[in-house]
This record gives sequence, structure tokens and C-alpha cells, in this order.
Amino acid sequence: MMEVNTQSPTSSQADDHGHSKHLAHHFDDVHQQFDTGKFGMWMFLLTEVMFFAGLFVLYAVYRSNHPEAWQFAAQFLDTKWGAINTVVLLVSSFTVAWAVRNAQLGETRKMLINLVITLLCAGGFMVIKYIEYSHKVHVGLVFPQLEHSLFNPNITAEASAKLAAYEQGEVFHQIEALSAAERNWVGKFFSIYFCLTGLHGFHVLAGMVVLSWLILRGMRGDFGPDNFNAIDFGALYWHIVDLVWIFLFPLLYLIN
Amino acid sequence: MSGEHHEGSGVSHVQSVKVLAIVLGALLVLTWLTYVTGSANLHGWDLSIAMLIATVKASLVCLFFMHLKYDRPLHGTVFLVAVLFVGVFLAYVVGDSLEYQHYFDQHIEDHVK
Repeated sequence: MMEVNTQSPTSSQADDHGHSKHLAHHFDDVHQQFDTGKFGMWMFLLTEVMFFAGLFVLYAVYRSNHPEAWQFAAQFLDTKWGAINTVVLLVSSFTVAWAVRNAQLGETRKMLINLVITLLCAGGFMVIKYIEYSHKVHVGLVFPQLEHSLFNPNITAEASAKLAAYEQGEVFHQIEALSAAERNWVGKFFSIYFCLTGLHGFHVLAGMVVLSWLILRGMRGDFGPDNFNAIDFGALYWHIVDLVWIFLFPLLYLIN
Repeated sequence: MSGEHHEGSGVSHVQSVKVLAIVLGALLVLTWLTYVTGSANLHGWDLSIAMLIATVKASLVCLFFMHLKYDRPLHGTVFLVAVLFVGVFLAYVVGDSLEYQHYFDQHIEDHVK
């Protein structure tokens, strides 16, 4: 096991636990401060679970009523990108968990490296999401309310011709072949797909803001064995983002 | 809190890199497994197996990456209560919707052009 590293010039300025400069005056000691913050964070994670639950229930209602539409629609999602993004998020969860350890041991440099890798993974995830989204937009697998949507019942002839011309109209003709009711349910899949992955993607973006803030504070030397609360709580948030994706990947991409 | 405070300031459990790496390895193997089983024909068991694997993965993340194994039981309880209520929410709403879905489907058949 590694020894506690107290060489960092920036992280160990406080004398001891009871008199830490990081201790807010309304707490008795750093333990109480940490436990209070951590409990608050878990309560927030509870609200996050409930927040996503609404959309998961929406998904479950539509899928249980129209499994065939779900099976048909899922073939238009690229499993390869979904799998790569799963790996990207798992690796980022690993590096952020390692960064917490680094912060607890006062290894500021290693902590910063791990946080930067986590941030890069988050950026990579969004780039892949962008590639996937832009393809969906080009072929017209989007909300039925949009003008260039294959599911728009009042689509203009011009928009329809444009979609039919894109990539030899491969997707266009498959959707065209469906009955109106079938097309409605397949369209619902993509509406729910964009809501779920969009809300998740928004959480990734928020996570990138949090990670950047942690990196900047880390560079300033704010964190160390007596003050790693922000790193710990930020990491918990990042893990929740990973947890949601762990369920989204099989639910959206792997419908056989 | 558990008594395994060998490292750090003692404010909270410090996870070893070895455990973190093993958990990451397990998560990657399970991702591969979910990918393989997702593309195979499992005669209607696809969703159950996929959700089982996802639950195992989520548990690993919670227990080791999120430190719940070493944490105050209160935090794990809070989280499990959230998951429990999601289950209640899901079961009631899906069950209810299956009851009247045929009226709705008929309406869509009649009115969607």
C-alpha cells in the first residue's frame, strides 16, 4: 500500500483536522462537514434517479405496448457507437474514482491527470453523440413535429424529396413502407430516444462544467487529504451519469 | 463507516487502484457480454438478460466506484429507496397502460393518416 503523500506543497497547508482552514464555522469538525455534504449529495442523486425515472417509464409504456415497433426502430441505431460510448463512460468513471483516491492522498498531479482524462472522455462521448445525432437529422429520424422528419404526417414534397435522395433513400424507403399507424409508433421511439439521450447528454455537459471547475480548483491547489469533498461529490455525480448510460445502452441500442 | 482506514486522512475510505482496475475490467467484460447477448436470438429473454447484466454493472459502480460498500449504510438506503420507488412507478404505470391500450391503438388506427 502506498504511504500518505504529504509532499504536495499546496494540499497540506492546514495543520490538522480540527483546525482545517477548509472547515466551515457551522460544522464541529471535518468529519461532520464531509458526512453532511455527502448525505446532501446522495439526496441530490436520489432526485436525479427520479428525474430520469419519468422518461424510463415513458419508454417502458410505449415498448410494452408496441414491442414490434421498438424492434424495428432500434435497427437504425448504430450499436458500434453505442458500445464505444459505453466503454468511454466506464473508463471515465474509473479515472474519476481514481482522482478521488489521488485527492484523498494529496497526489495533486495524478489527480489532475485523472480529471483531465475524465473530461476528455466526456468530450469524446459528446463528439460521438454529435455524429449519431447528425446522421439521424440527415435521414429524417427525428421528432414528427419537425419539417424534415420522416414521421411528419404533413411533410412537404420538397422535404420528402430531400430525405429520399439522402444515402440513396435507404432509410426513407424502409419508413415509407410502413403503415401510418406503424410509422407513428416507430416515430415515438425516436422521440423517446432523443428525450432520453438528450437529457443524458445534458448531464454529460453539466458534468464537463463540474470537471473543468474541479480541474481549475485543483490547479490552484485547493484539494488535499483534508479537503477533497468537492472531488468526491463531483465524482458521485459523474458516476450517476455513467449509471444512466449503463441502462440506456441495452434499452435503446440492443433490441433484438 | 467501515474500519478499513489504512490510507488518507481518515475522513473517508480510500479505494485501492487494484480494486478500481478489477472493477473496470469486470465492467468492460460485462459490456462485451451484453453486446454479444444483445445480438443473439435469446427467444424473448433478451430484455431480462440485458437488464440483469446492466443491474450487475450498476451495482459494481455503486459499491466500488461510489464507495457504497464502505460508506454509511444511510447513503445506500437512500439510493435503494429511490430505485424501489422507480420500480413501483414503473409497475403501476405500465400495468395501467396495458389495460386501456387497445382503445388508444384503435383511435390511432382510425385517426392517424
